[in-house]
Amino acid sequence: MAGRKLFKGNEAVAEAAIRAGCRFFFGYPITPQNEIPEYMSRRLPEVGGTFVQAESEVAAINMVYGAAGAGARVMTSSSSPGISLKQEGISYLAGAQLPCLIVNMVRGGPGLGGIAPAQSDYFQATKGGGHGDYRLIVYAPASVQEMVDLTLGAYDVAERYRIPVMILGDGVLGQMMEPVSFPEGSEPENAPQRPEPEWATRGARGGRAPRIVSSIYLKPEELYKHNLRLQEQFKRAEAAETRYEEVRTDDAEVLLVAYGTTSRVCRSAVEKLRTAGVRAGLFRPITVSPFPYKALGERARQVKAVLTVEMSLGQMVDDVRIAVAGAAPVDFLGTTGGVVPKAADIVERAAALARHGAADQATREGIS
Amino acid sequence: MVEELIIAGFGGQGVMVMGQILSYAGMHEGKNVSWIPSYGPEMRGGTANCSVVVSDEPIASPIVTEPTTAIVMNRPSLDRFEPMVQPGGLLIYNSSLIDRAPERTDIRVIAVPANELGEEVGSDKVANMVVLGAYIKARGTVSFETVGQCLAEVLPARRHDLIPLNLEALKRGAELVK
Repeated sequence: MAGRKLFKGNEAVAEAAIRAGCRFFFGYPITPQNEIPEYMSRRLPEVGGTFVQAESEVAAINMVYGAAGAGARVMTSSSSPGISLKQEGISYLAGAQLPCLIVNMVRGGPGLGGIAPAQSDYFQATKGGGHGDYRLIVYAPASVQEMVDLTLGAYDVAERYRIPVMILGDGVLGQMMEPVSFPEGSEPENAPQRPEPEWATRGARGGRAPRIVSSIYLKPEELYKHNLRLQEQFKRAEAAETRYEEVRTDDAEVLLVAYGTTSRVCRSAVEKLRTAGVRAGLFRPITVSPFPYKALGERARQVKAVLTVEMSLGQMVDDVRIAVAGAAPVDFLGTTGGVVPKAADIVERAAALARHGAADQATREGIS
Repeated sequence: MVEELIIAGFGGQGVMVMGQILSYAGMHEGKNVSWIPSYGPEMRGGTANCSVVVSDEPIASPIVTEPTTAIVMNRPSLDRFEPMVQPGGLLIYNSSLIDRAPERTDIRVIAVPANELGEEVGSDKVANMVVLGAYIKARGTVSFETVGQCLAEVLPARRHDLIPLNLEALKRGAELVK
């Protein structure tokens, strides 16, 4: 088929970022995302961009702060331990309302952990990560093509709300190759000229009023107002940018909830369950922050049981419980340390829930 | 058709390339494909494997835990992956290097003396292509013509002089399978 090329997830996110206007990359190597800086080091100079391998993750994220403060489309990428090191800078970026793109190809933790795929940075990505009252916009792609599609729009979203955007992948998504196609006309040489953002600090030549990029507000009343402004921006993003996908949920009695690589395994489990006569469906958050609480809550009302599946010992399941709000029992199946859940295990648990979920319903209605 | 493969061997035996060639060929034939490498601290002489899915339908999970086909190039890979093959599936093993026969009787087993056959056509460096030829003949997942076209895409330019040798190796492997 014309136009399709095999890309690793890491290379795809890098190419998509460039096509979205990224001209600055600052990073420090770590497995399993090294193909991103490798690709950027070769490709960015071809489009007039700048690649810097910084002396540390802390330096890299502060270079992102500098470039973003000047209104450039800038990116950094890392994996779990490296993202932890970047959290101070991410908090400052959020505080200063600087749009940028951060990619985390998650590996097993805590500590140095391992290099195999994990989803154990969900709390860090969606609940703050750094200090202070802020949220990021966090996308959780489930395929290499979706990695491209979400990255292509990431800067527009980040700039619309002046909130840093994170792509939350994992080792499998970074290393996997799948066919992708880039939209016609998205080649970097066709990139439109972007006007200078009205907050960018590029020198007040020509007599315009000076602009200040800062996250310091020493008067409590001012910081209060500033944080309300940040929250209002996030609420706007929540209303307009929350995204999710549903697979065979129309008549589902057991609802699987999963994101990223785990959602792919769940999709396989849904097919097997349907073949076995169990009406299973999948709810897949695409934005994990803002989380699709409303849509999941509505869907949960029709099902006998919800099963959250994660490559962690239970992080997103907290958001699922908030969304479901008691409308159905919420069960959890998790793997940790770099182990990917098996479809067979998910099938077994979901099939049991289809039976017990029914029993549970009967109990609640006083039938049994 | 859903073909879920695990291809495994020593680093340096070309197992990643075998998977990539299949993926490219599948993609060019309009199929859905995915390729995942093992990415532990692998090095030449260590063990490596890749998971490949080639499917007419959209691929749900690219993670392969019950392969329809396992291709194993060395003994540790046979020991690890033989038990995982789906009943009725296919196991191809490199009998030049593996000193035991597979034990499963509920799957199809093909022994390929890949290094010897590679030597016969010119170099045991194309042992992987001999095995790939045997696989394609046995399963028909993609056509030999498409695979031939993909070699230039997958092999680095400095190796393009070896394409005729690779084609010869694919053919030699195919001849082995009835």
